[in-house]
Amino acid sequence: MKTKEETFYHALEFRKDLCMGCSHCMMKCPTQAIRVIDGKAELNPNRCIDCGECFRTCPYGAISVKQDDFEKIYNYKYRIALMPSVFTAQFPDKVTYPEIYKALLSIGFTHVYETENSVDCLVKPYNEYIAKSEEKPVISSFCPAIVRLIQVRFPTLVDNIMLIKPPMDATAMYIKKIFEDKGIPFSEVGIFYITPCAAKIAGIKSPATDEESLISGVINMDYLYNRIYREIKQNSFGKDSDEENFVQMSKQSLYWSLTTGEVRIVDTPHKMAIDQINNVIEFLEKVENESIEDIDFLELRACYQSCAGGVLCAGNKFMTTDRANKRARRTSPNSVENVDWEKYADYIESNCLLTGKVEPRSIVKLDDNMVEAMKKMKRINEINNLLPQVDCGICGSPSCQSLAEDIVQNNADMKKCIFVQKILQQNDKLGLPESIDLMKQTWGVGKLDKNLVHEIRDEIEVDKP
Amino acid sequence: MHFEYHVESGDFINAGSTSSAVKKTLKQLNVDSSIIKRTVVALYEAEVNIVAHAYKGTIYVDIDQEAITIRLVDEGPGIPDIDKAMEMGYSTASPSVREMGFGAGMGLPNIKNNTDRMSITSKVGVGTTVEIYNKLQ
Repeated sequence: MKTKEETFYHALEFRKDLCMGCSHCMMKCPTQAIRVIDGKAELNPNRCIDCGECFRTCPYGAISVKQDDFEKIYNYKYRIALMPSVFTAQFPDKVTYPEIYKALLSIGFTHVYETENSVDCLVKPYNEYIAKSEEKPVISSFCPAIVRLIQVRFPTLVDNIMLIKPPMDATAMYIKKIFEDKGIPFSEVGIFYITPCAAKIAGIKSPATDEESLISGVINMDYLYNRIYREIKQNSFGKDSDEENFVQMSKQSLYWSLTTGEVRIVDTPHKMAIDQINNVIEFLEKVENESIEDIDFLELRACYQSCAGGVLCAGNKFMTTDRANKRARRTSPNSVENVDWEKYADYIESNCLLTGKVEPRSIVKLDDNMVEAMKKMKRINEINNLLPQVDCGICGSPSCQSLAEDIVQNNADMKKCIFVQKILQQNDKLGLPESIDLMKQTWGVGKLDKNLVHEIRDEIEVDKP
Repeated sequence: MHFEYHVESGDFINAGSTSSAVKKTLKQLNVDSSIIKRTVVALYEAEVNIVAHAYKGTIYVDIDQEAITIRLVDEGPGIPDIDKAMEMGYSTASPSVREMGFGAGMGLPNIKNNTDRMSITSKVGVGTTVEIYNKLQ
């Protein structure tokens, strides 16, 4: 039987052929999930929360987000594009919504649904859940990176996570129901989510609770942006269509994926919205200390500007937010009436609770056994006190503290620290060849190539008088 | 394991740094989350009491596999009537402290509710010692 850790899916893929071992990703990772070994970044799957900060920072494009093969849509007779509203907001103003819609059909989809279609039906369940929950603040489960962050770094807060399906899953449930009501078996329906980030993919492929996703596949938003833009450029779909055929959502639905989108629909005045992963971590530290009182609901998003700032979004995050806001302002609040939607409201409202439970997966604990954990903590502190506290990353771990932990967990050698090496060398306790070998173990052979000396000598002119 | 932390009077900005550090330690030791929560709530209240009322204080934390024992020793005005201070809602906090969201008179009762054992000794004009004890298993 596979353990939960082994089945934990990550969409982020580190490409050894492109990785330069520059360590930018290692230094940015909010859960210290990356180490540099043999000149390449390596991901610890138990620590990764799929926030995508590494993808965002990589200067060499060496991190990619695994998506499903687009041709997979043809395994289904009915091919649904499940599209978050930030997708259309990526395009420049001159590209109209009907054009995007027609291009999606033109490249092979048979139906297009917007992800936030189910938002109106989530308002009541949200407020009921918050009102009756004993664990306050209730923390939204909308952003899968946040759910994972809480599992690994804030395990004491897992019971605060709201067990309500996010719009993506609620809308998928609604689509399934529509087709089944028409007598079409769900096996003929493929729902393909157009994702703005890696976290959503991970959330679909390995959900935080036991509940299986209804989504059949995932298409990356940056890939689809290019494909749709090209399709529009190469065809004349016509801009003359009535935009209302496409704009079918209420204001609150259109605001949903932007920052404060959820707090808008929550009745309690004691609510907050926080975006960007490090801001969220800082705030959750306070929540965990119980030093923040009287908050009933927290909307937490891993990306700055929420989904408009998703790592797979093609457009500038501020432009995207602006365009999404403009669309929401244009929409009349009652525009949902033109969808055959209301007859499904009860169905969604009564089926939107997530079954199962979000389990903690602490990366903070040093050992399952408390006595062992105490021994390890003592050793970590002793070792850390000997390290220079420069957090240079030359050892291949993101900080001195991380190296100390890696040493005690048997994943590293104290001699990997360049300062330790120099101290040993001064006392003839470490030879130069061994020191070079240690550096090569972390950074690979290339960066320490002996033959570079000729070029270096030319540059620094050491031999000249 | 033994740790010591110093607490400055009036430094509300950093009030909670000891509870934060203790929380981190207990998480690393894989202590049950409900015990961590209780301990941190109690310690935070006691820590803020020093910041709000005393001149300065030291927090001594001892952890073994059985339990966590925390002693908060302050130099301060002391508590004239401990029984009264233990009553829900009783507070001597000044209006400016209350404005910052502290001093609602829930502190000492809240500490008691979140600990297995708690004791207070105090001498007027000298200071107060609060001891908190929570089993870890």
